[in-house]
Amino acid sequence: MYGLGILKGLSVTMKHFVNTYVDDIKWGFGKRYTPGVLPARQSAEARGVFTVQYPEEVLPPQERFRFVPFLVYEGTDEERQYRCTACGICAKACPPQCIWIVRAKDPETGKPLRRPAEFYVDIDICMNCGSCAEYCPFDALKMDHDFELADHDRAKHIYDLQQLGQPVEYYAKIRPTYYAAEQEAKAAKADRAAKAKAARREKK
Amino acid sequence: MNEQVAESEGVQLDAAVGSVEQACQALREAFPGKVRPDEREGYEGVIVDADALVSAALLLRDELGFRYLSSVTGVDYANDGLLESVYHAYGAESGALVFKVQVDRGNPEVPSLVSVWPSANFQERESYDMYGIRYAGHPNLQRILTWEGFAGHPMRKDWREPYYEEDHKPFKTRHPDGGVFRAEDRTPFGRNVQYPPGFDPEKWEDTAQSSVYEGLMREVKEGGLQTECITINVGPQHPSTHGVLRVVVVLDGEEVVDLMPVLGYLHRNHEKIGERCTFPQIIPYTDRLDYVCSMSNGLGYVLAVEKLVGVQPPERAEYIRVIMAELTRIVNHLMAIGFLWNDVGAYFTPVIYAFNERELILDLFEMVSGSRMMCNYMRVGGVFEDLPTGWMEKAQALVFDRLPRFVDEFHRLLTENEIWRSRSMGVGILPAEQAVAMGATGPLLRASGVPYDIRRVEPYSIYDRFDFDVVVRHNADVYDRFLVRMEEMRQSLRILRQAMSQIPAGPVQTGKKNWTIKAPAGEVYHRIEAPKGELGFYLVSDGGSNPWRYHVRSTSMINLTPLAEMCRGHKVADVVVILGSIDITLGEVDR
Ligand code: SF4
Ligand code: SF4
Repeated sequence: MYGLGILKGLSVTMKHFVNTYVDDIKWGFGKRYTPGVLPARQSAEARGVFTVQYPEEVLPPQERFRFVPFLVYEGTDEERQYRCTACGICAKACPPQCIWIVRAKDPETGKPLRRPAEFYVDIDICMNCGSCAEYCPFDALKMDHDFELADHDRAKHIYDLQQLGQPVEYYAKIRPTYYAAEQEAKAAKADRAAKAKAARREKK
Repeated sequence: MNEQVAESEGVQLDAAVGSVEQACQALREAFPGKVRPDEREGYEGVIVDADALVSAALLLRDELGFRYLSSVTGVDYANDGLLESVYHAYGAESGALVFKVQVDRGNPEVPSLVSVWPSANFQERESYDMYGIRYAGHPNLQRILTWEGFAGHPMRKDWREPYYEEDHKPFKTRHPDGGVFRAEDRTPFGRNVQYPPGFDPEKWEDTAQSSVYEGLMREVKEGGLQTECITINVGPQHPSTHGVLRVVVVLDGEEVVDLMPVLGYLHRNHEKIGERCTFPQIIPYTDRLDYVCSMSNGLGYVLAVEKLVGVQPPERAEYIRVIMAELTRIVNHLMAIGFLWNDVGAYFTPVIYAFNERELILDLFEMVSGSRMMCNYMRVGGVFEDLPTGWMEKAQALVFDRLPRFVDEFHRLLTENEIWRSRSMGVGILPAEQAVAMGATGPLLRASGVPYDIRRVEPYSIYDRFDFDVVVRHNADVYDRFLVRMEEMRQSLRILRQAMSQIPAGPVQTGKKNWTIKAPAGEVYHRIEAPKGELGFYLVSDGGSNPWRYHVRSTSMINLTPLAEMCRGHKVADVVVILGSIDITLGEVDR
């Protein structure tokens, strides 16, 4: 019969229509914007159509999510000790070359120091590829989760050391597994070093 | 639907007579003195004299069975004063036969091969545009990606782009004294404009546009009512051209008389950018080619580099790559079908349903790579990182349960719809012979009855380990292309199920990852079966850490070659449907 195919298709549409409301009831009317409900509504178990009401609802980013790098520092906001040694690997690896680094110099001898005097990232050029964080040998530079960077003034989009810096606690918060693995590796290294020292002392 | 899908039936490409070496031998014997082996270190194939090219090509196609010309491109050997036109031809089951023509850089003229392989049409235009190689006898030798009137040929080694800094990255100004600047501040716009000598902007007339229109066929019908044809532009911003594609259509009433795609609105000279980068730095740029399938693009590229430098990724990485590539195929086909339905007029219901599932797959991509679309996940010799905890469970829930159910439901929603059938059956027919000649690949080719799938003919990565069918249909119309994509999703799920149950534990990277690697001198061409068709990467290395030549054999652009052929005689409303059934992404067409 002509039109049967269309009716068959419409039954699918009907099912989705109903399921969307069933899902809504299941995950709770009114609870829409509460965190925790969103992942469930967006999961493989959800049956209806799931649309996120951005900006009221924001999907939580995955741990590996990457958007514009930041520089990790230890210590307080006033006394920032950046992990960065100004080795320049990130600037070399960056595909669109949007990282600029000025290495600090000893004011008396003029010798280069292992820290940056200035550090810039042009976030308009940055393609969020993550290469800089991937190849940084000192775990000094990581990719951020904050993607709401729109601004009226493009001149503000060249981030300097001040804007790029984030405390190590922030890093631990957004990338817990990576941070934990790093701490473990550090502890293991310190342990090995201590043992080696002890062994050397014994030999003497 | 399954019973209608048959493997290894249908029109076969003629089996190539003998191997590639034998074919080279046959060529040398047929044209003594005019065909010689390419003896440069790391190179393969033969070098043909320009005057013997067309007859050699005919011999290859008709006698030796190389009926499919995959890629045509140019290379600038500026140091030797040579321009080279490079061709890759394939038989049904053979590898690539590479042949080249070398011409003087000052007067580069090569005979055109469009008469032998029509698939050379757009590619020769591109090579002319980028390198200035004139293809004598080409029916319509105009620029294709830049505009008519563009000064110079941008891929030549001595051509420099605006904001040029150095030939190779990394640039020296970034470290250790990185004086920050914004490119546009450093090169004020005024000084960035150059006119060719003798150019007077006042007197300039835009011949580019009229030459586009003149190239089109205008046939006045004999007898009957005398009508005049009209020319209209579909695009470059038309919503159903899937991006900034412009199609110039000549109409007689509502009927299409002739048509020409006008490309280049999204051109950014991807290949030049690539030649400035180190080998690994190119990987994130490949994501931006076909931005729907970034995982496949990355895979094709790293496979080419791996072939060049000779590394082998570990087992686990191979499996992860296949899993990602097949998930990408599902994403692509979901979008292709959804938007094809938009073009027919079923506005957004199928797309939204397809996007639900795509959303879940993109979640998986975000979990492993950190980005939903610009994945940047493949690495030379492995992948970015191992799968995170919980990934496999999530993916298996999708692949074993949700997606198979969804594909069935999608079938129920779409396949038997009468309006859809009357809009798509018998529309946009592309016979097998023509499809092969015009270089159509992917679902477009297989819907024309040619069971050609690179995963099967020339298995790369570990595709030889999986059971799957090459989906073929024989009516060569829009409806069959839709069905091929539907069935390919099922086949992808089949591969995924096998890969997910067999994946071993172990490392995911051979050696240490680095942001720069040195490749030995030589050339390499590697192609994969990307969701849209054959995606090839041609690399020439001079032994440094940057490619000397980096070329992308763009599926989407070459699949546009038969568009005019398919549209002639149909109504103007069918043009968008036929275009939708080809499935293109403008990021890859224009590069
Ligand atoms: S961020 Fe890392 S890679 Fe970049 S200069 Fe600092 S230490 Fe080197
Ligand atoms: S994310 Fe990529 S583009 Fe952005 S600064 Fe890092 S390396 Fe450069």
